[in-house]
Amino acid sequence: MSTGILLQLAQSLLAILLAPLLMGWVNQCRAWLQGRSAPPITQPYRTLRKLFHKDAVIAHNASPLFRFAPYMIFACMALAAGIVPTIANDLPFSPAADVIALVGIFALARVFLALAAMDIGSPFGTLGARREMLVSFLAEPALLMVFFTASFIAQSTELPVIVQTLAHREFAIYPSISFAAVAFWMISVAENARIPVDNPSTHLELTMIHEAMILEYSARHLALIEWAVALKLFTYSTLGIALFLPWGIAPQGDIAALPLALLVMIAKLLLGGAALAFLETISAKVRLFRAPEFLGTAFLLAVLGMLIHFLLEV
Amino acid sequence: MTESFPLLPDGPVQWAWGVVLFWLALGFSALLLQGSQRLLSRLVFPLGALGALGIAGVGAAGMVLPASAVILPIGLPDLPFHLRLDALSAFFMVLLGGASFGITVYASGYFRSMAAGPLALLALWYHLFLAGMVTVLLADDAYAFMVAWEVMALSSYFLVTTDHKVPEIRFAGFLYLLIAHVGAVALLLAFGVLQGGHGDYTFDTMRLAEMTPFWASVAYLLVLFGFGAKAGLVPMHVWLPEAHPAAPSPVSALMSGVMLKTAIYGLLRVTFDLINIQIGWWGTLALALGLITALYGVIFAAVQSDMKRLLAWSSIENIGVIIAAFGLTLIFYTDGKGALAALTLTALLYHALNHAFFKGLLFVGTGSVLHATGVRQMGHLGGLMRFMPWTAWLTLVGALAIAGLPPLNGFVSEWLLLQAFLLTPGLSHPYLNMVIPVAAAIVALAAALAAYVMVKFFGVIFLGQPRDPALHEAHEASWPERLGMLWLAAGCVLLGLFPAHVIGWLSPVVRLLTNQTLVNDGSWLTLAPVSAERASYAPLIFFAVVTGVVLLTYLWVRRVYHGRVRRSDPWDCGYPEQDARMQDSAEGFGQPIRQIFEVFMKVERETPDPFDRNPRYRGASLDKLWFILYEPIERVTGWLSQQAGRLQHGRIQWYLIYSFATLIFLLVFTTR
Repeated sequence: MSTGILLQLAQSLLAILLAPLLMGWVNQCRAWLQGRSAPPITQPYRTLRKLFHKDAVIAHNASPLFRFAPYMIFACMALAAGIVPTIANDLPFSPAADVIALVGIFALARVFLALAAMDIGSPFGTLGARREMLVSFLAEPALLMVFFTASFIAQSTELPVIVQTLAHREFAIYPSISFAAVAFWMISVAENARIPVDNPSTHLELTMIHEAMILEYSARHLALIEWAVALKLFTYSTLGIALFLPWGIAPQGDIAALPLALLVMIAKLLLGGAALAFLETISAKVRLFRAPEFLGTAFLLAVLGMLIHFLLEV
Repeated sequence: MTESFPLLPDGPVQWAWGVVLFWLALGFSALLLQGSQRLLSRLVFPLGALGALGIAGVGAAGMVLPASAVILPIGLPDLPFHLRLDALSAFFMVLLGGASFGITVYASGYFRSMAAGPLALLALWYHLFLAGMVTVLLADDAYAFMVAWEVMALSSYFLVTTDHKVPEIRFAGFLYLLIAHVGAVALLLAFGVLQGGHGDYTFDTMRLAEMTPFWASVAYLLVLFGFGAKAGLVPMHVWLPEAHPAAPSPVSALMSGVMLKTAIYGLLRVTFDLINIQIGWWGTLALALGLITALYGVIFAAVQSDMKRLLAWSSIENIGVIIAAFGLTLIFYTDGKGALAALTLTALLYHALNHAFFKGLLFVGTGSVLHATGVRQMGHLGGLMRFMPWTAWLTLVGALAIAGLPPLNGFVSEWLLLQAFLLTPGLSHPYLNMVIPVAAAIVALAAALAAYVMVKFFGVIFLGQPRDPALHEAHEASWPERLGMLWLAAGCVLLGLFPAHVIGWLSPVVRLLTNQTLVNDGSWLTLAPVSAERASYAPLIFFAVVTGVVLLTYLWVRRVYHGRVRRSDPWDCGYPEQDARMQDSAEGFGQPIRQIFEVFMKVERETPDPFDRNPRYRGASLDKLWFILYEPIERVTGWLSQQAGRLQHGRIQWYLIYSFATLIFLLVFTTR
């Protein structure tokens, strides 16, 4: 038990500390692919440090909710990162929340962000909140469908059990999981405010979603939100790895497998980040009302995966 | 069964009846207090709240004690009232008592500004309404049930039409009364079918009646229609968005939080207790109707701009979720999957209880806003969090709970329901076991949309800048109002944090209906309804970790860096003439939903032309079903009554001819 708690703390801290690195890696890859000279991989850390040192500038009419929300969002993402098996499986936290609760955690963070965005009452904030909620109400059921497919296979909604089942069954390309994987990719792109649904590097009012919500934030509040965003990307990446490429995650009680698991995880994350940057480079951002089509496709794929599981694999 | 006098305190059913009599006495004594506003609001309502607490206590006792019954010699000579209290009635009594305690405490503050005369009448109807609802739960024969049902319907009609001078409110009241009675007729017919020709309308006889599948199905359909009309099942939902906004806020809270649940109680009582056989397609029908209702309700909630109407539509959504759970319970039950039926039924009861608390809280929250500002249109509100922080934060708890967010209570019942959906592949029916898991997507979609609706609801009313300068004078809710809200919010939090206790507490009800109990596989901390391997959720750990990380982060940021803050104007994007009117309006926030789901709506738009000196924009998203279903019915009814009206000439000789013709007709037919 005590090693479990240590492992849990170590993994959560690792996730929190490494998350900006993944962001830096994706940005670096994107710059290379677009023929720009890349910022150093540690750039997100420098940004965070700079932001933490600055004085917070807050609008006159901001309510306590506005100042509380960044902490809340960060805490939600830290919890989510602690639940997903990154290098070790079966952690003491994991009975606290299964995959459905994980969706709930993301939703909680999102609602707080949207509410904080509406708090100042600038037109941009509400605009961003509305768009974010639009994207999320389409993405959330699709994400649940992906999780349901995995749960039907594993007969469980517990992440460690799912990972255990998926990692230890006979290796083959299962059509249900393939459909679910594509759907999960599309949902992650939308939920993490990446191209083609949103563009993380623009502040154009016609298109921005996430950036519009955090326009009023500065200094430490902004830093916490940026960090939470990086954590979210990290969590989604490890979640995708846990569901669709679970090989290499150390099983319960096997301390000796941890160093290898860490190396395998880093390799998978590097590949995944590069793939994200590549796909972002070759696609263009779609209009806002095309986003429902994009997410509808993801939803259909997830449902198809589930039906195929029933038709072919049971 | 013993015949005893009403107030003899020898069992929970007598205690409950005692509270009913107390409420009746309180209601009628309110009429005597017409002169004193002070006594009415500061004495009658708190005493009523005490009665509600009593009912909750009686219900809690009834959950663990064996069923008790009593026959009261009231009513017609050979037709006494049979009352009975078993675990199912007791559960709904806890729901009723728990929610109406908070609401009535709130009401004692809310009605302080009302004139004494109308308030005395209102107090009468209010307590009659409470008494009627409890009697519905206690009734053990069709006669008592229908009498109580009508008392409930009529008293709530008078509560809805409190402001009867406004034509819209009169219309809303009429619509409510009409649909309530169409439903009541269906229930009457259903009881007629259920007694199976014995001529005895006690529920005991009905439990023993042997029914053919055909007649059982007829009874079920009538009951689904009758209770569906009360609960707001699509397409009988139209009265809800009219009647709930019309009523004073505590009454809306009571109607939405509690009264709708009496329909759920009736549905469970008749389907699982009174009818002996259950047939599989009943469940499929209820599931389909429930899912349609849930989706339909939440879509329309998203496009409303009247805050109470928005909540009314959200009630329709929640009722849809409950009816869907009911259908799934039936499906599992008829398939012989008792344990899964127990799980689904637990989700249903849990959600009913949750909805009573968070919807009650949200409705009374709108009441405080209405009192402080006099506005129901969200487009004229905004920024109220600064002027009424108590109301805002407590409403926020309700909004997060109803949006199904952990660690509050809405999430628990949603989680349980999704777990139930995840177990449907175990069904033996070949198609259902594939289609129903997909149907879970609709539940998920409704839940995600509910979050959208609640961000809109809370954000537009309480956050941002005041859209009207008059809002700067908005005042905070009075102390009884805050206490009432605090009670309801505490209910939302506790029901969310201790689910393992709640489902253990629910087990007598579940055992009564499904002969199975739901065993929690986890510790007191963890909810693990099937097995710990299968699924688990521990809201307390969740809550502790989130709180811990928030605190740690806060302290760390303060310690390592600093807590300096500068205040300034909001970022204006280089355009300094921004004002509060430029924020997203309620209509604007609903616009994406309107665009995506336009097929369900009849959208009316009025857009000004570019040269209009005094431009006006209007957009309304109306319920298409009203035009497809209700208007034709209204036209046909109108036409039929017109045709019947031709018989009426107002001349005595014609009426004599009618009588004469009837006489001849009867003579010819009876002598044959």
